[in-house]
Amino acid sequence: MGEYETPEMDDYAKTPELAPCSMAHSQPFIAAPNHQEDLGFPGELVDNWQEKAIEKFGELLTKYRSLRVYMDGCVKCGACTDKCHYFLGTGDPKNMPVARQDLMRKVYRRYFTFAGKYFPWLVGAEDLTKEVLDEWYTYFHQCSQCRRCSVYCPYGIDTAEISMAAREIMDHIGQGQKYCNEIIGKVHVLGNNLGLPAKALRATLDDLEEDIFDDIEVEVKLPLDVKGADVLLVTPSADFFAEPHIDGLIGYAKVFHQSNTSWTLSSYASEAANFAMFIGSYDQMKQIAERIRKAAQDLGVKRIVVGECGHAWRVAYNFWNTLAGPFDFLDQSVPSPMHITEFTYKLIEEGKLKLDKSQNDHMTLTFHDSCNVARASRIGDDPGGQFFYPRAVIKAVCNNYIDMAPDTIHEHTYCCGGGGGLLTDDLMELRVKGAKPRMEALNQVTENNGVTHMAAICAICKSQFSKVMPKYGFEMDGVVSVHQLVSNAIVIEPDEVEEDEEEADNNGPSDEQIEEREEA
Amino acid sequence: MEYTLNGATFAADEEGYLTDLSQWNEELAVLIAEDEKIEMANDHWEVVNFLREYYEEYQIAPAIRVLTKAVKKKLGADKGNSKYLYELFPYGPAKQACKIAGLPKPTGCI
Repeated sequence: MGEYETPEMDDYAKTPELAPCSMAHSQPFIAAPNHQEDLGFPGELVDNWQEKAIEKFGELLTKYRSLRVYMDGCVKCGACTDKCHYFLGTGDPKNMPVARQDLMRKVYRRYFTFAGKYFPWLVGAEDLTKEVLDEWYTYFHQCSQCRRCSVYCPYGIDTAEISMAAREIMDHIGQGQKYCNEIIGKVHVLGNNLGLPAKALRATLDDLEEDIFDDIEVEVKLPLDVKGADVLLVTPSADFFAEPHIDGLIGYAKVFHQSNTSWTLSSYASEAANFAMFIGSYDQMKQIAERIRKAAQDLGVKRIVVGECGHAWRVAYNFWNTLAGPFDFLDQSVPSPMHITEFTYKLIEEGKLKLDKSQNDHMTLTFHDSCNVARASRIGDDPGGQFFYPRAVIKAVCNNYIDMAPDTIHEHTYCCGGGGGLLTDDLMELRVKGAKPRMEALNQVTENNGVTHMAAICAICKSQFSKVMPKYGFEMDGVVSVHQLVSNAIVIEPDEVEEDEEEADNNGPSDEQIEEREEA
Repeated sequence: MEYTLNGATFAADEEGYLTDLSQWNEELAVLIAEDEKIEMANDHWEVVNFLREYYEEYQIAPAIRVLTKAVKKKLGADKGNSKYLYELFPYGPAKQACKIAGLPKPTGCI
């Protein structure tokens, strides 16, 4: 990682001066041979890589009609040019969505169009040379697949799909990205991105149960692998590990506890995330989704609820049924998968949660819409539910809430700067610079409305913000989980303790817990 | 990359995490820490040793919350918070302390 400077925040997302090639040096680490081979990709760049790449490109054009439409459809209107946070943060013109697309489009024209085959110089067609491949690796790893540009494109060209296709082609010739591919390999073996074995997961959950008991003197359980539970909670494994994610996990547990929901986590499918989407691999995505189906079947649950994870929700809501369905063994009278914010909000509406909003009075909140939830899916049955439910939950548990500027939220939301498989230390400069538009919008409400904290419903967003916010002068704990706010506000009465203890008589409290209580 | 100590070389990945965990020793930890611009003091060692014990049992680094709790027990309440851990390991207690402890880098959305 070289030295770089955090950009100065402007008043409002101004279009930057062009800085050609300013990010040409930014590339993530290439996957090691074992990480590649674990996923069935060649370990290293194959000798006939050019031929193989064109062959794969042709296959994708046949398989995904959308890709061909995107390759053919651009009229160079320029509507997308100032919409990408990476362009706004870096000024590198190759980070204009149209320029990113053109890296692939020029190769498409050369090999797949009549004009490009015979008169390449007339139509901007180019051979797929090693230089072009390097440019692909550089700039298709400067796209977080957030799809903000596609909202403004009059043709709906989706740069995310183009970058997914490019990454898939690169994987198939042996040039994959370390961060994503190493992680996908871990999911196949251990069931989660972290590489958290079942024993460690149980120990972490025990520890959290202890913490909650110390805090509120109520036994709130975090059940694992409980057969016959009603709800399987599938959540990003960062919820077991990182801050502020883990506070959100405690929030889910309290919601389940107070609503008397019988629920469980699974050690076999201890991950909601599906990084295979980032590398455009349908096969890998299917394998990961099938783990969740198997876990749900083995545990005999009736429904699946998904925790706070952005792209996982896109995969769950949009693709699970195709990848691993039909989920006809689940209770058909309620939607599965259900987003945790919808689950919680419905309980609030039914009056099943006792809340004290004043517990969050020390904060003034705003909400960061995560790209994959905001632009690629929905929560609940109504249009715009993905904007409504998280805000409705926050407003039900907090007195002070302010939205950021309208063109930076809802479907216009800015990416956190770390999505799409870019949340890795080797891309830190890109991540810091790409966060600039969001930081400017946050700064505006901080200065004008006294906002102190920004809530999010995505593990990537939370980790990215806690890393980059200090660079812009905010506190690292200025980002919070939505269910962390629920956790603060939820009032669990002491009389529920007695009930719970009676019920739990059979397996009783552990010796440690007894010891601790005696000490207390 | 690799580390050189007393004439012997120790292989590490691109980011400086040891490739062979069994090669770790305290002298090497000091060298890795120097690379990270960290001078190992008592509190650093407490964290590093706890990470190694935890890894030995669970084959992974502990959650930040588990780590802060352990630090609290060993070093007192004023030090058992993530702010102090970031003072010790400015690049993040999980990743930087793991590197010095010779453990693999935790991966995922963290």
